[in-house]
Amino acid sequence: MAVTDPTQIDTAPDADEIARLRTRRLEKFGKYALPLIVMALAIWFWDRIVVWNEIPHYILPGPGRVWDTLVTDWAILFDAAKLTAKTTILALIFAVIGGAGLAILFNQSKMVEMSFYPYAVILQVTPVVSIAPLIFIYVESKTAGMLLCAWIVAFFPVLSSTTLGLNSVDHNLRDLFRIYGATRWQRLTMLQLPSALPYFLGGLKIAGGLSLIGAVVAELVAGTGGVGAGLAMRIQEAGYRLNIARMFAALSMIAAMGVFLFAALSIVSHLLLRKWHESALSRES
Amino acid sequence: MSATDPLMNAPQPAPVVSSISERPGLLSLRGVDKVFNGDVVALKDLNLDVRQGDFMSLLGPSGCGKSTALRIISDLLHPTRGSVEWAGGHSQNDLGVVFQEPTLMPWATVAKNVYLPFRLQGKSYASVKDEILEALKLVGLEKFQNAYPRELSGGMKMRVSIARAMVTRPRLILMDEPFAALDEITRFKLNNDLLELKAKINCTVIFVTHSVFESVFLSDRIVVMAARPGRVLREVQVDAPYPRDEVFRTSAEYAAHCRAASDALHEAMGG
Ligand SMILES: Nc1ncnc2c1ncn2[C@@H]1O[C@H](COP(=O)(O)OP(=O)(O)OP(=O)(O)O)[C@@H](O)[C@H]1O
Ligand SMILES: [Mg+2]
Repeated sequence: MAVTDPTQIDTAPDADEIARLRTRRLEKFGKYALPLIVMALAIWFWDRIVVWNEIPHYILPGPGRVWDTLVTDWAILFDAAKLTAKTTILALIFAVIGGAGLAILFNQSKMVEMSFYPYAVILQVTPVVSIAPLIFIYVESKTAGMLLCAWIVAFFPVLSSTTLGLNSVDHNLRDLFRIYGATRWQRLTMLQLPSALPYFLGGLKIAGGLSLIGAVVAELVAGTGGVGAGLAMRIQEAGYRLNIARMFAALSMIAAMGVFLFAALSIVSHLLLRKWHESALSRES
Repeated sequence: MSATDPLMNAPQPAPVVSSISERPGLLSLRGVDKVFNGDVVALKDLNLDVRQGDFMSLLGPSGCGKSTALRIISDLLHPTRGSVEWAGGHSQNDLGVVFQEPTLMPWATVAKNVYLPFRLQGKSYASVKDEILEALKLVGLEKFQNAYPRELSGGMKMRVSIARAMVTRPRLILMDEPFAALDEITRFKLNNDLLELKAKINCTVIFVTHSVFESVFLSDRIVVMAARPGRVLREVQVDAPYPRDEVFRTSAEYAAHCRAASDALHEAMGG
């Protein structure tokens, strides 16, 4: 029998390993390339439909025309985007402060939670479009009104996910803190808040999208005047003038903002969790 | 000494028995009852005299109240009747705890996890850095102080948990089936290391286990408990000297002690 030298192990990848590496490379490539290919095909198809059917631009402009509008109307659209972005981001910030703050408050006092949680739910389940007109009657400032609308939509996911997180502390860790005589404050800051972080970040990603929706709805209800027009207003306005190309251009900017916001929040979440959380693990299967 | 002192019923009057009873007292449970929800009697008249330097195992069938006893000792539960008395008074510093799961904070590095007991006492990291390193060295993980728990194996996580329990040099360490979830090889290794560690830091251990073999290898006192209601059935003493090693694991003496403990356990299970 041959005695094999354990230091002479052949580490060349076997067939399985090679196949797996290839799949992984393909998946990595596909993750970015496939959506782009789909988009290119869709735009090409859109263009062809317009050209082949000779559809007039006031019914359906081709992608080229939309692009031209985006370029020529850039100044107007960019100003509008800045306004919408401002509402969205402020609403998101307030949603984070309000949602997480309320969650901590509720967590610290069962009485407060029992008293007010149902109203947070009611606020959440009532469609914001139906509250918004009232808000603009009573809130003098348009900016404040829009913020309030967007906040109402966005704060709840932060509240509910943070609440869940604060209550999802490992039982044994909680016991350990008690055994070591931790104060309430120590328990909150060293145990509950870190435990809640992944849940909070999950809620934050949802809240990002919702605050954009809230901002758009608020703009539509608020109407023009006073603070200038956001992207949603520009869409409505262009619709009245049958400037369909500008509608598409503004719409694509809103969509781009949403994608950007989601991506930014995902990156923040990844950076905060990558060291320790399972969701940030890249495990090979 | 009360008449219910389990030592009075100890089966072997070996010389070690007297040496155990000569140890100064640390903690005693006197007539402890624990009733849950008004009708689940988890413990009935539990009497336990823990002495300084004991390695005491609590052995018994599932549901006999071992964890409940530990929770009462660590003041997480109050006894329905009876009392827990610490010799020389009780302070927060007295206890270290190891659970069945490693129970580490996933967001903190190994060193920061071991730092926890000090941190909760309000001590700065710099002021206890040496103790933390020393504890990690004792469990053989000084190279992993900056690792996060998820990067460690199950056995390594358990070592971190043990380091955290002993870093404050508590008088008593409570361990509730700490190695039950580990594979046998890792468990044997940790058993050996635990004994070494205990000798080094000279503490008292109460160790809950389901394994007769583990309890015999580790402890000098095995308290066998019976269920419904949870109570002490009898105490088996293992008078083999420390340090114990793999030679002890294969000795006839070890086998005899295992048989004695096993018989007691069968009796506890009503067999
Ligand atoms: N919080 C509780 N509420 C109600 N009953 C409980 C509670 N904790 C424990 N018990 C009951 O008390 C009894 C003893 O439980 P305990 O957990 O102490 O047993 P154990 O000996 O540790 O069992 P195991 O070996 O399975 O861990 C069981 O019958 C259990 O159902
Ligand atoms: Mg138990």
